[in-house]
Amino acid sequence: VLGAGGGGNDVQWCFSQVKGAIDDDVAEADIISTVEFNHSGELLATGDKGGRVVIFQQELESKNQPQCRGEYNVYSTFQSHEPEFDYLKSLEIEEKINKIRWLPQKNAAQFLLSTNDKTIKLWKISERDKRPEGYNLKEEDGRYRDPTTVTTLRVPVFQPMDLMVEASPRRVFANAHTYHINSISVNSDCETYLSADDLRINLWNLEITDRSFNIVDIKPVNMEELTEVITAAEFHPNQCNTFVYSSSKGTIRLCDMRASALCDQHSKLFEEPEDPSNRSFFSEIISSISDVKFSHSGRYMMTRDYLSVKIWDLNMESRPVETYQVHEYLRSKLCSLYENDCIFDKFECCWNGNDSVVMTGSYNNFFRMFDRGYRQDVTLEASRESSKPRSVLKPRKVCTGGKRKKDEISVDSLDFNKKILHTAWHPQDNIIAVATTNNLYIFQDKL
Amino acid sequence: MSRVRLYDSDAILSEEHNASPEKNANLVKGEEVKLKAKYPGLGQKPGGSDFLMKRLQKGQKYFDSGDYNMAKAKMKNKQLPVAGPDKNLVTGDHIPTPQDLPQRRSSLVTSKLAG
Repeated sequence: VLGAGGGGNDVQWCFSQVKGAIDDDVAEADIISTVEFNHSGELLATGDKGGRVVIFQQELESKNQPQCRGEYNVYSTFQSHEPEFDYLKSLEIEEKINKIRWLPQKNAAQFLLSTNDKTIKLWKISERDKRPEGYNLKEEDGRYRDPTTVTTLRVPVFQPMDLMVEASPRRVFANAHTYHINSISVNSDCETYLSADDLRINLWNLEITDRSFNIVDIKPVNMEELTEVITAAEFHPNQCNTFVYSSSKGTIRLCDMRASALCDQHSKLFEEPEDPSNRSFFSEIISSISDVKFSHSGRYMMTRDYLSVKIWDLNMESRPVETYQVHEYLRSKLCSLYENDCIFDKFECCWNGNDSVVMTGSYNNFFRMFDRGYRQDVTLEASRESSKPRSVLKPRKVCTGGKRKKDEISVDSLDFNKKILHTAWHPQDNIIAVATTNNLYIFQDKL
Repeated sequence: MSRVRLYDSDAILSEEHNASPEKNANLVKGEEVKLKAKYPGLGQKPGGSDFLMKRLQKGQKYFDSGDYNMAKAKMKNKQLPVAGPDKNLVTGDHIPTPQDLPQRRSSLVTSKLAG
């Protein structure tokens, strides 16, 4: 298979870096909750359950080692959100960062949106590499000198200083969500963004924090009639009037903001009809969509439900054009996965730069890639064991039948506490960021 | 951008892709039977209202100062029942107290990813 067919390049994934503590005793605050490359891929942001954001920057390729791509090193880290308690509603508000989304770069500074369950914040990350020196109006300690002692006019001069990266909150978008925010998405117009909670989606202007427009509201008049919630939402990558949202019932609705102010009426409804003979107690739960992502081209969208990844053509609502099984062997484990709540795990998914490969996580620190063109898939593992610099990752295989081959792992041996929920793919290159519970792995293709 | 060629040293179509829809349905039905045997009262509305309401109420911690003070006064001489393992559940007998609520502290320590 490898090298068959000629033409094209065969990618071998190699370990590049791992960030985070080695010890097995994981503090809750260190659990990684989101991973996102910026639009150029130079910056990689992570958010965690402790409300902290860490941003890594790719080093410029060194002339000494043209074969290697630059490593990612810490660029900035800050506390984005703090825990709060809403006394009025007796509600504990977690500081966990649910999502980070970068804004396209417009000037020297970088901007990102980070959100917890209730509040979205716009952060500005800027560099300072020079400072004015040579004041003769102040003493060394900053106190102003007696003006009568100043006899010359001296203009301060900017001198280089050690690079300082500063993160400052520029906007706080609060009090617009009754339920828990699951998604934020920046519009291609770069002026607005949406935030979605379980029942509502709001539209914001990045400059205005005291107002947002509600564009989707699926809250029933009688809460007893509630049958589905919003699970994810995203703006189209280049049509600024279009967005989609997915539901816990496995449907995706595409909405056009030109049609009306309130987009409760969808323009398109994407749903795969279910075979009634397959219906079970678990059907609806495993059909719940945990993530939805447009392709870079804007022609397709991908959804992730508990067991599979589906690719939809925006021109066809009746069924997905491609379906990939992530871990079909879990069908025989649904009872225990329901009991230990794993069945409610929210896996994300991502596209590579040219939309030819998609990736998603699984259990036992496995993650899966599906090549849409070559119709091939591979299972890889993020582990300390395969963390030697530039070592090639070996494909993994889960054994479902009786006879377990050497190097295979049986379904019963899988560690369901080792989940890879968050992965990200560099916008242009074959560099991927894979988050285990508390570690961030960076893999690159072998050059 | 170079095309990604993935590799699977075994057959492209692994065992799971060959599973028939009927076999899948039987596997899942088997799991359903197992679950219902363990929890006979489990919802007539699978994945419906109860499950969604629980999801929407995540983070709710009940503390009523009136109840708390009344209970303190009433139960001065009696033993208060000790909070069970699930402190988030409010039962009829147990009055949540500030001491029962897990302490929330902001993480002032730098993330280990930056270490």
